[in-house]
Amino acid sequence: MIRWTKRPAAGLAAGLAGLALIAAVGIAAPLVWGEDAGRLTGAAREGMSAAHLLGTDALGRDVLARTLVATRLTLALTLLATLIAGTLGIGLGTAVWVSGPRIREIGLRLIDVMVSYPAVILALVVAAVLGAGGGAAVVAIGVAWSPSFARLTANLAASVAGRDHVATARLMGVPPLRILTRHLLPNIAEPLLVLLSVCFAGTLTALSGLSFIGLGVQPPSYDWGALLDTGLDAVYTNPGEALGPALAITLTGVLAGFVGDGLAASADPRRARAARRAAAPEPAPRAPAPGVPADALLVVDDLRVALPDGVELVAGVSFAVRRGEIVGVVGESGSGKSLTAMAVAKLLPEQVHATAAALRLADLDLTAPAAPARLATEIGVVYQDPATSFNPGLRMGGQITEALRRHRRVGRADARRRAVRALTSVRVTSPEHRLAQHPHELSGGLRQRAMIASAVLTEPRLLIADEPTTALDVTVQAEVLALLREINERDGTAMLFISHDIGVIAALCHRVLVMYAGRIVEELAVGDLRRGRTRHPYTRALLAATPRLTGPAGEPPATVPGRPPEPGARPAGCAFAARCPRVLPHCADEAPPQVPSDGGGWAACHALRPEPAESAR
Amino acid sequence: MTLAAENVTVAFGHGPRARTVLSGVGLTVRSGTTVGLVGESGSGKSTLAKVMVGLVRPRSGRVTLDGTDVSGLRGRSLAGVRRRVQMIPQDPYSSLNPRMTIGRALAEAVDPRRADPRAHAAAIAAALADVALDATAAARYPHEFSGGQRQRIAIARALATGADVLVADEITSALDCSVQAEVLALLGRLRGRLGLTMLFISHDLAVVRHVCDEVAVMSRGEIVEHAARDRLYAEPAHPYTRRLLDSAPSLSLEESR
Repeated sequence: MIRWTKRPAAGLAAGLAGLALIAAVGIAAPLVWGEDAGRLTGAAREGMSAAHLLGTDALGRDVLARTLVATRLTLALTLLATLIAGTLGIGLGTAVWVSGPRIREIGLRLIDVMVSYPAVILALVVAAVLGAGGGAAVVAIGVAWSPSFARLTANLAASVAGRDHVATARLMGVPPLRILTRHLLPNIAEPLLVLLSVCFAGTLTALSGLSFIGLGVQPPSYDWGALLDTGLDAVYTNPGEALGPALAITLTGVLAGFVGDGLAASADPRRARAARRAAAPEPAPRAPAPGVPADALLVVDDLRVALPDGVELVAGVSFAVRRGEIVGVVGESGSGKSLTAMAVAKLLPEQVHATAAALRLADLDLTAPAAPARLATEIGVVYQDPATSFNPGLRMGGQITEALRRHRRVGRADARRRAVRALTSVRVTSPEHRLAQHPHELSGGLRQRAMIASAVLTEPRLLIADEPTTALDVTVQAEVLALLREINERDGTAMLFISHDIGVIAALCHRVLVMYAGRIVEELAVGDLRRGRTRHPYTRALLAATPRLTGPAGEPPATVPGRPPEPGARPAGCAFAARCPRVLPHCADEAPPQVPSDGGGWAACHALRPEPAESAR
Repeated sequence: MTLAAENVTVAFGHGPRARTVLSGVGLTVRSGTTVGLVGESGSGKSTLAKVMVGLVRPRSGRVTLDGTDVSGLRGRSLAGVRRRVQMIPQDPYSSLNPRMTIGRALAEAVDPRRADPRAHAAAIAAALADVALDATAAARYPHEFSGGQRQRIAIARALATGADVLVADEITSALDCSVQAEVLALLGRLRGRLGLTMLFISHDLAVVRHVCDEVAVMSRGEIVEHAARDRLYAEPAHPYTRRLLDSAPSLSLEESR
């Protein structure tokens, strides 16, 4: 997801170089042009010319020279104000965080109140108290900006403090101050650096603003704001007089922004190497289409899901779901099982796109642009996390009946009646009452049952369930599985059931697809899975790694060495070859054939080919 | 080192809104044994773990380490005791500081004050070797490792403190099946080699069965059954234990060749 190009580094370099140049000007200008800037000439209010590139002011002094000379004072005051804001704010924020809960509460409220006043107003108040002058302006603006730092620091520290590594550090006896400097501040540095750069730019404009209205730097000293003030009087006769300081302020502010963004990007070690990416592999040979059964409801043929750079996350998947059948897809994270399901539901994230030789649900072509009403009513989807699949701000009733009312044009009363019936059928107690409740008032199991009721309310042809029991307790999981089985037997609803848990798959499904590294490696009837009659070495490894309630205890389940290959680094042949105990020399290079098994399934494996491997070459 | 909770009660909130999370819980992890603690979400198993490592103070009852009450300690004496009982957290993505190299994280475990990886290079290499990771891992950052590898690093960190008792809170539940098998195998090896004393918390009865000597079952803030492993799985005494066992989807084991 995070894909950095070289731009932040280039921005950082440009910003730093620009600011360094401006700082150099700030140091050198008073020595070089100091005399020019102060020399009074008879040529007052002259326009831009070769002798005076930005013209002269009312006393005949060169505007360009004055603008350059003013750089030193402006930068010094801005830096000082930023420093005051940062130190004061971060100090205040950490102090609030490390103090006890009661002081913390009061401190946070106080900071909130201070943040709610615009910084410039606060600065004006402080400046009014301290009186006009450069020093007073710096203090005023520094103090005015500090609440932003304090609030950011306190909020970020609170969120990082909840992480496990902070608790572990406490347990290991790391002193509190070290926890602050080692575990908290480095993890909140990015947003603080960005705020620091924003603050620098904001301080620059605020200081210039105070000088502009006469509250800041007093004559005979001058900064860009003061120059802008005098320049503006003559803006119609000599625009250069205002243009010089205005450009200087803008340029410096923008450069500060570049530096902030660049620093934020380079501060995180996670981003340092993220730019590297594997090149897209050669498109794999097309997966052979299996014989499509006559009573197929869902047909998926050569489905591919790819990132914009061509890396295929799902690399040619073909299968069918018959009417009334529950097909389980099992695989580990990164196998592409959820992407496959979401491609069927047309719910893929925006960053990826799907192509397929055929993808259809009965007569509905899913490769064509979506027909929202048919999609919403013919495919029901149950998601993994019942805590986030409902909108917490709306009542259950409206959310459960939404598809029915919107796409089937069912009236409010009728929809409600059907929802009550559906909730009753999934054994939700007092269904009328539930419709008026908000999601947080229901337990996880109850929410998931409501989700299922909502998904089957439109009587979909296909129910897609993506890890629907993973977030549930084992006793609740058993109830939900029983419920899905009941719906399937009663209404004949076909299901595509995704899970990482081979035990859950075996308990519910009729037919099982095993996915590994973006492809289906084995298809088998559930009876064969339950009896352990699996053929593909990966399926066997997965079964052996699954913890059991029976059999030899006290020793851990068997392991397979290695990891699945990254999507960009999958071999042309079998992706499991590098980890396979039965690997043959050509496994990694040649796509494995689908070898039929006795139970009606198949396994994609060279080692299972009936003829000896030698004669195959 | 034997770690025990005696008659521990924990409640959050005050007055009528108080919620009792643990009520009079007793649990002993004897030296050299691994006790599995099983329960569903909300049963109080994670709270009990936090009480036993000292992150949550019980309202009543006490926690003892080899018979010494450690639950009333504060300040320096608490810090000393804390290091002897270490926790391995659940989420491999939040248990390591993303801004610290693995070497620094392990150095912090050895010397929490200075955390200098160069001064403890040998100890770091040994800790990494304990969990079958290469010594070069020390120079890298957490994001360069997979979830299973991070969990192994978290185990190495807990071991590097020289702790006597480990509390592992759902350390495999965020992992894939094959990766979980690896972590379980690692724990098995460490148990054999180092004679670990460990409280292993999980919601999964099948996982617990592979790494524990005894199993305690928790429900609604109480321990309803605590028995030797083989006995608990063969003849569960409490109806809740039976219900848990019946609910677990399981595969039979008629592997055919």
